[in-house]
Amino acid sequence: MTARSLTATRLSAGYGDTDILQGLDLAVPPGRITVIVGANACGKSTLLRVMSRLLSPNGGEVLLDGKSIHRTPSRELARTLGLLPQSPIAPEGITVADLVSRGRHPHQGLFSRWTQRDDEAVANALTATRIVDLAERPVDELSGGQRQRVWIAMALAQETEVLLLDEPTTFLDINHQVEVLDLLTDLNQSRGTTVAMVLHDLNLAARYADYLVAMSEGRIHVAGGPEEVLTQENVRQVFGLESRIILDPTSGRPIMLPIGRHRMKTPTEATEERS
Amino acid sequence: MTTSPATLRRIADNRNRRSNRRLLVITTLLALVGAIFALTLMLGQSFTPPAEIIRMLSGDSLPATVFTVGQLRLPRAVLSVLAGLSFGLAGAAFQTMLRNPLASPDIIGISSGASAAAVFAIVVLSLKGPVVSIFAVTAGLGVAMMVYGLSFKNGVAGTRLILVGIGVSAMLESFIAYILSQAPAWNLQEAMRWLTGSVNGAQLGQALPLLVALIVFGGLLLGRARDLEALRLGDDMAAALGVRVAATRVLVMIAAVGMIASATAVTGPIAFVAFLSGPIAARITANSGSSLIPSALVGALLVLAGDYAGQFLLPSRYPVGVLTGALGAPYLIFLIMRVNRIGGS
Repeated sequence: MTARSLTATRLSAGYGDTDILQGLDLAVPPGRITVIVGANACGKSTLLRVMSRLLSPNGGEVLLDGKSIHRTPSRELARTLGLLPQSPIAPEGITVADLVSRGRHPHQGLFSRWTQRDDEAVANALTATRIVDLAERPVDELSGGQRQRVWIAMALAQETEVLLLDEPTTFLDINHQVEVLDLLTDLNQSRGTTVAMVLHDLNLAARYADYLVAMSEGRIHVAGGPEEVLTQENVRQVFGLESRIILDPTSGRPIMLPIGRHRMKTPTEATEERS
Repeated sequence: MTTSPATLRRIADNRNRRSNRRLLVITTLLALVGAIFALTLMLGQSFTPPAEIIRMLSGDSLPATVFTVGQLRLPRAVLSVLAGLSFGLAGAAFQTMLRNPLASPDIIGISSGASAAAVFAIVVLSLKGPVVSIFAVTAGLGVAMMVYGLSFKNGVAGTRLILVGIGVSAMLESFIAYILSQAPAWNLQEAMRWLTGSVNGAQLGQALPLLVALIVFGGLLLGRARDLEALRLGDDMAAALGVRVAATRVLVMIAAVGMIASATAVTGPIAFVAFLSGPIAARITANSGSSLIPSALVGALLVLAGDYAGQFLLPSRYPVGVLTGALGAPYLIFLIMRVNRIGGS
C-alpha cells in the first residue's frame, strides 16, 4: 500500500463569517501517526472537518496526492480517505457485523452485489479489532470501549489509506483509551495507514504520535516530534499552563506534569516566576 | 493480522442470514397484501367466487359482478394499495433521513399541507383530477420548505423541526375545517376524506396519477436507499462514507413529498399510515438493511386492512382514516412520552 500525502495549504475556514482557521499550512506525514492537540476552540476539530471535506474552506485547499479533496467525487474520495467523527450514531438494534459492513459503502455501486472481497474486508476489520466474537451482538448492548472498537472496525472495513479520527478516546476509561490507541498503532504498522487524529490528553498524544501538532488560535503553533513539541515553553503558550516536562521511563517520550496553584510540595521556578 | 477462514465463513453466513430474513419478510408481506386484496374483491356485503372475478377481469360481461367488483371493490382495493405504498414509503424515507420516527410527513404538516391545497382547489376553485394533485404536491413542498426554514437555527435539530411541524399541521387542519365549512353542498363523506382520509367512492381513473407518482418518485427514492441507510449513522459518518448529504436530503425530500401529496390529493391524508409503517417494518425486519420496501408494503397492508375493517368488521361503517388514526394515536403518545423522557436532543 503506497502512503498518500495529505496537505493543507493557506487554509481558511470557519462557520458563518468568522474564520476559525486563518491561513493554516500542514503536511500530514504519509504512513505515520499525527496527533493534533490544542486548547478548546483553537480550531482542531474544524481542521479535521475541512481535511475530511465535511466543511468547505473559505480559502486555500486540502490536497490528497496533489489533488484537491473538495473537487474529488465524494465516493472516490471515501475509498482513500476515511473519517471517524466524534459521535456517530448506531441505528437501534443493529448488529456488530452489520454495522461494520456499512464501511463498504463507498466500494459498492447502486447495482453491484456484495462480493467476497467485501466479506474479507469486514472479516479482516473484525479480526484486527478483536471483536469477531461480538459479530452477532446488537451494538446497543456493548460497553463504551467495545463500541468504539466497532466504529474503528467500520472505518477499517472502508480500507482507506488515510484515516482521520476526531477524539476517538473521549468518554472512554483510561484502559480503553490505551487500547484504542494501541489498535490504531497496530493498524498504522501493519497496513501502513496514515493516521491523523485529535486528542485531548497531551501525554497520550506524546506517547503515540510520530508527529505532534499543537494548534493555537486557528494556526499551527508548532509541529514536529513529541520531544520538540511538548516543552514547558509550548505548553505555556498554547494552553496558558505552567508545567514540568519529564521523560516517561516506559516509553522514553516526554510527559507533561501540570503545575496548578494548590498541592505543590516544593515551589518551582515556574510558580515563582508567576508571582 | 490474519483472518481465519472460519471468521470469513462466519461473516458470510451472517450476511446471508440477514439478507434471507429480509427476503422472507418482503415475500411474506407481499403475500399478505395479495391475500387481503383478493379477500376484499371477493367478500363484501355478498360473496363473489374467485372464478367469477377472474372471468369479469378478463372481459366477460357479468352485470352484477361488473358493478359490485368492477365498480365498487376493485377501485377501492387498487387505490388502497397505491396510497398505502406511497404513504409507507414516503413516511419511512422521512423517518430514516431525519433519524426520528416522529419526523413523519403526517406529523410535521406535509400531509395536512397537501390536503389543505387539495380541498382549496376542489371547493374554492372547483378544480378536478390531476390539477388537484399538482396543487397538492406544490403545497406539500411549500410546507416542507417552510417547516424546514422555521426550524433552522445553526442547522436543523430534529426535535425543533417536529415541534414546528406539529404547530404548522394544527394551523393547516383548522384551515381545512374552515374551507369545508364554507363548502356550498355540505357533504360528510367529502369532509371526512380531507380530515382523516378515506377511499370511499374510489374510481379506477384516480389510480393513474397515483401510479405514475409512485413509479417516478418511488423509483427515485429506492435509487437512494443505500445513501439513506448511511444517513442513519449520522450526517458526518454518511459524508465520510462518500454520501453527498445535502443533495441526498433534497432529493429524498422532493420524492417523498411528491408521493405523499399525490396520494393525499386522491384519498386525503389517511391518518398515521406514513407514521406507523416505518416503525412496524423496522420491527419485523429487525433493522437489517433498508426498510423502504417493507415499509411500503406495511403501508399498503394497513390501508387495505383498515378500510376492510372499517367497512365490514365494525357495527357501523367508518372511513379508513378513522381506523388507522385509532391505531396510530397511542403510538404517537408513547413516542412523545419517550422523547420527553430522553429530554429531546
